[in-house]
Amino acid sequence: MDRNTTEMKAAQTPDPENASKRRRGGGSGGRVFQTLLIPVLSIFTGLVFGAIVIAGTDASVIAAYGNFFRAPGTALKDTWNVIALAYGSLFAGAFGNPTTIIQGIQTYNATGDQKAFLLSIYPFTESLAAITPYILAGLAVAVGFKCGLFNIGAEGQFGIGALCSAFVGYSIKGLPWFIHLPLALLAGAAGGAIWGAIPGYLKAVTGAHEVVNTIMMNYISFSLGDWLLNGPMKAPGFRPITPEIQDSAMLPRFFPPPLRFNWGFILALAIAVLVYWFLFKTTLGMEIRAVGANPDGAKYAGMSVVRNFVLAMTLSGALAGLAGATQVLGIDHWVGQNFSSGYGFDSIAIALLGQSHPFGVVLAAGLWGFLRSGATNMQSMAGVPLDVISIIQGLVVIFVAAPAMIRWLYHIRLARAEAIVLTRGWGH
Amino acid sequence: MATTIVQEKEKRPYFRNRLVIGLVLVGTGLLILLLFGLNVKAGQMASYELTPRGDSQVIPIPGLTLPVQTSIYILALVAVFLGAWQLARGIRSNGVLVGVVAFCFVAAFLLWATAGKSMDLIGVLNTSVVRATPIALAAMCGVISERSAVINIGLEGIMLSAAMAAVSAATLTHNLYIGLAAAILTGAILGAIHAVLVIRFKVDQIVSGTAINIIGSGATNFMSARFLETNTEKLNNSGVFPNITIPLLVKIPILGPMLFENNLIFYLTIILVAVLYVVLFYTPWGLRTRAVGEHPKAADTLGINVYLTRYVDVIIGGMLAGIGGAYFTIGSIGRFDRLMTNGKGFIGLAAMIFGKWNPIGAYAASLIFGFADSLQVKMQILNIPIPSEFLQMAPYIVTMIVLAGVVGRAHPPAADGAVYEKQ
Repeated sequence: MDRNTTEMKAAQTPDPENASKRRRGGGSGGRVFQTLLIPVLSIFTGLVFGAIVIAGTDASVIAAYGNFFRAPGTALKDTWNVIALAYGSLFAGAFGNPTTIIQGIQTYNATGDQKAFLLSIYPFTESLAAITPYILAGLAVAVGFKCGLFNIGAEGQFGIGALCSAFVGYSIKGLPWFIHLPLALLAGAAGGAIWGAIPGYLKAVTGAHEVVNTIMMNYISFSLGDWLLNGPMKAPGFRPITPEIQDSAMLPRFFPPPLRFNWGFILALAIAVLVYWFLFKTTLGMEIRAVGANPDGAKYAGMSVVRNFVLAMTLSGALAGLAGATQVLGIDHWVGQNFSSGYGFDSIAIALLGQSHPFGVVLAAGLWGFLRSGATNMQSMAGVPLDVISIIQGLVVIFVAAPAMIRWLYHIRLARAEAIVLTRGWGH
Repeated sequence: MATTIVQEKEKRPYFRNRLVIGLVLVGTGLLILLLFGLNVKAGQMASYELTPRGDSQVIPIPGLTLPVQTSIYILALVAVFLGAWQLARGIRSNGVLVGVVAFCFVAAFLLWATAGKSMDLIGVLNTSVVRATPIALAAMCGVISERSAVINIGLEGIMLSAAMAAVSAATLTHNLYIGLAAAILTGAILGAIHAVLVIRFKVDQIVSGTAINIIGSGATNFMSARFLETNTEKLNNSGVFPNITIPLLVKIPILGPMLFENNLIFYLTIILVAVLYVVLFYTPWGLRTRAVGEHPKAADTLGINVYLTRYVDVIIGGMLAGIGGAYFTIGSIGRFDRLMTNGKGFIGLAAMIFGKWNPIGAYAASLIFGFADSLQVKMQILNIPIPSEFLQMAPYIVTMIVLAGVVGRAHPPAADGAVYEKQ
């Protein structure tokens, strides 16, 4: 109770400095501008920090700074070169090289040969393909946040969903694609839904905090996956992978190989619209959001907190499972170990960056897809380890969650109080 | 009048709880019978060595040889009996009952797994106590932090960073103690960051902890790839704290070799648990901490500086987690591997909840988790029909069962997780 009143007070306490500004519609700009400003500045600041880390840990730059007072120009030039190479290859890996693309178009116009063009847009299509699971996984965590639940289990739900859809994909033969594909997708969603429902149910009935429970489910899913891939679901051969799925279960691709961009992307966008409609245009969605905003108030209004917790976690798990399914059915066509690696923390960052709103999640997922896709190129071209993206990601999470920091850094005034309320102690 | 109303309110959930627990206990007894009792051949014996192999100063005692099937039947009987008693008459202390039956189940499992073979029981006990160390330290960090109502789930990030700092510093300076100091410093810094984010910037505590986990694992992976994996000799080869044998105490049978032949970090942990318990419950500072955790506003009106208390507690917690991180490298294998904590930080949090935010309770809980961990390794060697992956799941499933309040609801400090605004 104390906590709620404190927050309400914080929201309502007039800020004498900005009172006149607020009447004019906001501190340093309009409301939409403010909502976009913090995430954008957070990303920018994160990238700046990333640049410092990249340059600061590069052996040649460190050596150059050893000679700083004798040759300051070299040190600065080396720093700039390292950062430029790193971020340049990041960009090239994410979008491709503009000159190559133009050349490819020219070749196509001249000779009708698509190959050069296709190769030039390969990085861009790979980024789009990488965005697909991020949209769905980000939506999963966002739905959880909307109900006040922190679903860190997206990684486990992703993995289980992938295994379920792969199983349906390779074990059932002879079905036409318009039955097999939806069935496989549904299987993935169902697997993830169950994996999410368990911690949701435990939270609803016993009050056990979903943070630790979903993390435990993650570890259980890793062990379970290992067993399945080395045992019942193992393809003939040495590697612990599933057999390849049937053609009828594959998500159709837009371009000939090696491009892997497929209909999963469109599906993910459609699901985002669906989630938006569900959360903001249906009664059930409103109940979930009400429980998230104030569980006691919702209970007083007659909504079942238990049912909504379970519903939200099940939905969240289903979305994460669907993310795994699209990855299998659209990109890899088989499942191996560490299949879901990284999607867990990424989806948390995406949901936070997108302010838990479906459209924000799509934008944030877009950014993340490009970053991750480019990072592989950065690793091979500039020798910068992939994990720098995790550092940038963590920093972005902090900056988005502590807008006061960004505001202090860039001297922005507050338009209206913002607060992300997720913690309710360990559940009681 | 008031008491009758309270009694009325307590009756129904109490009865249902008793029914559920009773049924679960009886069910467990039957499970013991079916899974283990019927799967062993009559007449098989299992022998447990109670004197460690190799040279040790302990007074040797003979091992234990048990008839497997009979023992399992007895254990099943005990479980069913306790469950039936609970259903019929009802016993107040649920926790003790569940503990006893859980012990029966584990003992029956052990008997079934070692039927016809022999097992070095002391070795398993020693390993469990040692493996419980990082979990215990993580739990201690959680306890002191949450006693002042700041949730700290960034333990994985802190432990990984401290582990890497420890091994690098120790390798560079050829001095393990400097490595330990580096780990403590890293833990303190990360704790301070969490404290600043949560207290000064009012970031949601779980989000801040998650961010520290993300940055911790990302930064250590990055540094490992950039520096440690290419410069192993200069940065990732520290050696390990040697085992220190305490001369007289090690002669005690069973407890001696289990507890008194371990390294510095283990002894430090035991001492810290005791110190934390005394400080938290018997010193003014501990009282202030607990006051801030239960009702910060009241504490504030009494003149206690809520913010300062929380800062100090979270930073000390960070230092404890730092020592926990040091265990993984300079206390165990002498090098850093990526993501080597493998969830131990979160298990530490579960131990804290299981131990009801009490240092000694949390340590006991960590011992249980350590036992599960060491058993899992042993079972893989013993070659039993259960696939090793399922054994790996055991600690995590146990955590979930514990959190579901099987051993009773746990009540955290009242202001846990709430933002405090001085007014």
